[in-house]
Amino acid sequence: MNHRAIRAIYLFEMARTWRTLLQSIVSPVVSTSLYFVVFGAAIGSRISQVEGVSYGTFIVPGLIMLSVLTQSIANASFGIYFPKFTGTIYEILSAPISYFEIVLGYVGAAATKSIILGLIILATAGLFVPLHIHHPVWMLAFLVLTAVTFSLFGFIIGIWADGFEKLQMIPMLVVTPLTFLGGSFYSIDMLPSTWRTLALLNPVVYLISGFRWSFYEIADVSVSISIGMTVAFLAICLAVIWWIFRTGYRLKN
Amino acid sequence: MTIAQHLLETYHQWAGFETIFLKAIATGQGHSYFGGPPDEPARAQVPVHPPTLAAPMSSIISVANLSKTYGSGFKALKNVNLDIRRGEIFALLGPNGAGKTTLISIICGIANPSEGKVLVGGEDIQISYRKARSLIGLVPQELHTDAFESVWATVSFSRGLFGKPKNPALVEKILKDLSLWDKKDNKIITLSGGMKRRVMIAKALSHEPQILFLDEPTAGVDVELRKGMWEVVRALQQSGVTIILTTHYIEEAEEMADRIGVINKGEIVLVEDKTTLMQKLGRKRLTLHLQGKLGALPESLSKYKLELCDSGATLVYDYDTKGERTGITSLLSDLRTAGIRFNDLDTTQSSLEDIFVDLVRTS
Repeated sequence: MNHRAIRAIYLFEMARTWRTLLQSIVSPVVSTSLYFVVFGAAIGSRISQVEGVSYGTFIVPGLIMLSVLTQSIANASFGIYFPKFTGTIYEILSAPISYFEIVLGYVGAAATKSIILGLIILATAGLFVPLHIHHPVWMLAFLVLTAVTFSLFGFIIGIWADGFEKLQMIPMLVVTPLTFLGGSFYSIDMLPSTWRTLALLNPVVYLISGFRWSFYEIADVSVSISIGMTVAFLAICLAVIWWIFRTGYRLKN
Repeated sequence: MTIAQHLLETYHQWAGFETIFLKAIATGQGHSYFGGPPDEPARAQVPVHPPTLAAPMSSIISVANLSKTYGSGFKALKNVNLDIRRGEIFALLGPNGAGKTTLISIICGIANPSEGKVLVGGEDIQISYRKARSLIGLVPQELHTDAFESVWATVSFSRGLFGKPKNPALVEKILKDLSLWDKKDNKIITLSGGMKRRVMIAKALSHEPQILFLDEPTAGVDVELRKGMWEVVRALQQSGVTIILTTHYIEEAEEMADRIGVINKGEIVLVEDKTTLMQKLGRKRLTLHLQGKLGALPESLSKYKLELCDSGATLVYDYDTKGERTGITSLLSDLRTAGIRFNDLDTTQSSLEDIFVDLVRTS
């Protein structure tokens, strides 16, 4: 294992985060605070409680997930796309480093960044609403698992994309709508039955449901299904990345 | 800043760069490039190339039956066989699209071969890729840099990427040798083209490679700067590094290389010692400056491939130095018989460029 190479990539990517601190950390925190104002205060005043939890408190796990998902994808996709765009990928490909180590460096850094962000948002939420986390270990486990899985997904998008447009396309057109429709701001039990059935096809529902369970012990679907779905998505991403490196898809001629 | 000012600045930087290397060679420092001078503490930390490098004629890279076909069906390399000797400067010549960069990309791990095998330092590039790649430093043709990183950070990153422990003393030495030390904290985006090229060389050298690939190192670089680059390459060779350079500039190969390989349409057309090549394939031209102008050549001289130039004032005869008989003696005798007199004569050796053009045309 080339530990120094993994460390070099990881620190290089993290350095980019510190360099763009305003855009990386401050901006998501500000937008989350705005969600609290709009959803928590404005809409929350008309919805008293959801499954025994105040509305403002209820949306916290969904808001964290929303940021963790989008930021994981954005960080990892940009992290690997940028060297492709500038051509510096030549150095990564010619270095004595395995594919697994490359992924570990890039995905590790992207996931770390979004976990830090998730925790900052959690702390920010604490300023607006009272929070009590029933299962902190599970909460962290879901956070890490989701950050890693979606960073892997972002890595795939970054390799697939051959332009900035494509880089934005999947997060904008697929992930954000799925997150909004995945029960970030409501319980899917509140939906009419047809929509509820359809919502169960949305993988994000399982992530948010499991994460919310770790906070309040309330869930749209069983926790084991949530974990199972997340791990399944993780396995799919790993399989795709394994294929990408085996074939050199969009990396090697 | 005007373009002229910019060029001037770049020139001064390169001129300094050249001086440093000339000094390094003169003081013998070049012999231990990565080790530094004896009194430097860096010497203790940085391994000098092992003595095995001294074995002059052993292959450090061995390419066997290598072919590359792109997805479009284009055959970039066709059954290439090539051995690079340890410690030499090998120049790979070829026109645009000949397959030079593809060959380098495969050896360095950037492209996958379709067929064939490559050994670097005796290690298969696909099976023992870690060992093979750790021996190689690559300076690609294009200026691919991390625009927003500092020079120091990007060079240190390269060292880490190749699994080497931190060594600020070595990075400092490399940056100083390449006249980049005062720019170490500058973002790469602020540097001139010549400096960016040097940053890329610094990155490649940061992990102490035994083999250095320079893909068109002087493309788009003016003559003076090019000479500075040649000095760098020579100093590196003296430190034991094997250098493979591709170039469009024939004079570069003529000036630098120990051996020359010519690639055309994906095939290695020729690999030869430079001096042997010059002797073996060199043509000579005999030019006779006639006393009086000739309207036409007499019939008796038709068996020679002669050419009348300058409105009949000079007679030009091309001959092959490979042949045992150059035909000069009989030509001069027949000229006398035909009553053609001359004031002067001179001979010129064909340059590597002529040889190259001939090879590419005929292959």
